[in-house]
Amino acid sequence: MGIQDMELLAIGVVVILFMAVLKQFGILEPISSFEDSSDSDLEMSTVRHQPEGLDQLQAQTKFTRKELQSLYRGFKNECPSGLVDEETFKSIYSQFFPQGDASTYAHFLFNAFDLDRNGSIRFEDFVIGLSVLLRGSVTEKLNWAFNLYDINKDGCITKEEMLAIMKSIYDMMGRYTYPCVRDEAPSEHVDKFFQKMDRNRDGVVTIEEFIETCQKDENIMNSMQLFENVI
Amino acid sequence: MAAGVAAWLPFARAAAIGWMPVANLPMPVAPTEKNKKQDELIVLNVSGRRFQTWKNTLDRYPDTLLGSSEKEFFYNEETKEYFFDRDPDVFRSVLNFYRTGKLHYPRYECILSYDEELAFFGIVPEIIGDCCYEEYKDRKRENAERLMDDQEDNKDSKLPNMTFRETMWRAFENPQTSTMALVFYYVTGFFIAVSVMTNVVETVPCGSVPNQKEVPCGERYTVAFFCMDTACVMIFTVEYLMRLYAAPNRYRFMRSVMSIIDVVAILPYYIGLVMTDNEDVSGAFVTLRVFRVFRIFKFSRHSQGLRILGYTLKSCASELGFLLFSLTMAIIIFATVMFYAEKGSSSSKFTSIPASFWYTIVTMTTLGYGDMVPKTIAGKIFGSICSLSGVLVIALPVPVIVSNFSRIYHQNQRADKRRAQKKARLARIRLTKTESSSAFLHSKRNGLFNESSTKEEQHLGKSSSLLESQHHHLLHCLEKTTVRDLKIVIHVLAIVVQAPSLFFFFAVVVLQINTIRLCSSPFILTRVCNKLSHLDIRMTQG
Repeated sequence: MGIQDMELLAIGVVVILFMAVLKQFGILEPISSFEDSSDSDLEMSTVRHQPEGLDQLQAQTKFTRKELQSLYRGFKNECPSGLVDEETFKSIYSQFFPQGDASTYAHFLFNAFDLDRNGSIRFEDFVIGLSVLLRGSVTEKLNWAFNLYDINKDGCITKEEMLAIMKSIYDMMGRYTYPCVRDEAPSEHVDKFFQKMDRNRDGVVTIEEFIETCQKDENIMNSMQLFENVI
Repeated sequence: MAAGVAAWLPFARAAAIGWMPVANLPMPVAPTEKNKKQDELIVLNVSGRRFQTWKNTLDRYPDTLLGSSEKEFFYNEETKEYFFDRDPDVFRSVLNFYRTGKLHYPRYECILSYDEELAFFGIVPEIIGDCCYEEYKDRKRENAERLMDDQEDNKDSKLPNMTFRETMWRAFENPQTSTMALVFYYVTGFFIAVSVMTNVVETVPCGSVPNQKEVPCGERYTVAFFCMDTACVMIFTVEYLMRLYAAPNRYRFMRSVMSIIDVVAILPYYIGLVMTDNEDVSGAFVTLRVFRVFRIFKFSRHSQGLRILGYTLKSCASELGFLLFSLTMAIIIFATVMFYAEKGSSSSKFTSIPASFWYTIVTMTTLGYGDMVPKTIAGKIFGSICSLSGVLVIALPVPVIVSNFSRIYHQNQRADKRRAQKKARLARIRLTKTESSSAFLHSKRNGLFNESSTKEEQHLGKSSSLLESQHHHLLHCLEKTTVRDLKIVIHVLAIVVQAPSLFFFFAVVVLQINTIRLCSSPFILTRVCNKLSHLDIRMTQG
């Protein structure tokens, strides 16, 4: 490098430093206007929800007043803002199944509970869902289960939907089971399910087929009564 | 599973209906919930402050006191509440743990009292939340260090039957223990100073022999300096050998820093003795003399500040390493830039990049000798940037080192202060203890006069508290069982504590009384007891 180039380089360095100092003092504000985004991260979400009154909930569900009170206390403890979003829901549900991955099944459950599909479960959705599961008639429970399996809510369960549900249930078991969970186990299970449920062999299970088959099966009927006295 | 999540268990069980239709096997039987009653409020009365919570909240942690049936021991039937005679402020944190599942440590609370409360309520401190865990651990560590310091002081007061070797080692480590040790300490200190001074003065030019240039004092008064050196090295050698003999673990002592410094300090002399007349290695011999300056490090046994400095530098090794690394990087960068900037100018001193290192170091540390200066404009600009960045780079790690030094220094100051306070405190505590123990002896003395009169004893029983009278009765029973008397020994101990100079006199008295006691002659016993107790009263009042 000749002398001239080094001089130019030196002058260039000086100019850059000068601009850096000016920016520091805020004199070059217009150029650096994209810095504001960092402040918005600190804002807390102030979305809150208060449930409907106790009387209305009592009318909508089959719980007694005391049961609703105790349910709300537990709900509010975990979710002080009154709303459960999917992440919180997944983390709460995963704590009951530490050995496997419960997030996919929790996702399906979330969609089943979130009746108005707005991405968060309010206390009303929660309590209505529980009311069906614990105090509803067998038909209502079967309806609810069908709703859970029907991922896209189009009124019929396809093999792909069932496979997704089955895989998520097997995921909850985790890796360390006896005997080992093979990769084909979910699909075999789905095939067995479809063989039982799909009467007219059209590849999908409709709600009538589902309810009819379940009502004929002893085991399923007995297990529907299993969690009656949970609350 | 976190506590709050337990409230969602019913929900999780209800949602299990989703598995039922696809299940191949029948489901297991559900556990029956016997006598399921509604959730009830529990009142916890902690030293008068009433806390109320649901029973379910407490049941979340069944392995603690409040969550298990252990709390039934504290149930008060009349007020239908659980009464705990503990600190209500700490109880707040404990109860919040049940409510939220997270245990917090309040900063203003003393760590020991907090630990005690946790231990009482059966809560493991490890579950303190992340927000407070660091603070808790720091306080715990400080407390443990303080305890260790105190324990080290206690170790000093060992029993008098130690071997000669052990006494010597103790004398070396703690010069305050005996006068001999103190004398030794000062003597070695003096000789270290003398030796260092000799080394310094040796090189001073000391008047000139007429037709020669000035000679240093060392060459003029060779014999004197040699004698001085020999004397010092003798003392150091003797000291080192004595320490080596007294050390409880010789191998570990030989590896310690201080002993290495001692060896390095005296070795040059002996090596010099061995190879005096060999011309070839005289150069190496001169180099060896440099090591004599290590004698100054022997002062670190005498100066606590020096030890702290050394310890600080050791503990700040990473900061010092960072300083060195960043300085090296900056030096290389700026030396390169300056070299190329000054390459064009004629008669430039920047002949190579390593030659520019010197300029960069001198500039970055703001020394600025001026033996190398840039002449081109580019060189001057980069030179000024170099000096500015030098100030920054050096100033950055220095506060970390300073704060480390300050922390360790103040820790030491506090340790010394605690030691001094402890002596006074223990003396006062001992005084109150002997006063309370002599209560028994006072009452007994009065009882001794009228042993047969039960009225006196009843009167005494009323004047002191129930606890005291029961305690005295117990001591009395012990005396009767062993057919001995507690009185004399306690007296002697009390007096010994308060007036060491009378120890010998009373030791003799004890010997005599022991023989008398074995003969169990109550009359002389009484007389001597009276005399001693009179003396005791005088001492406690005086």
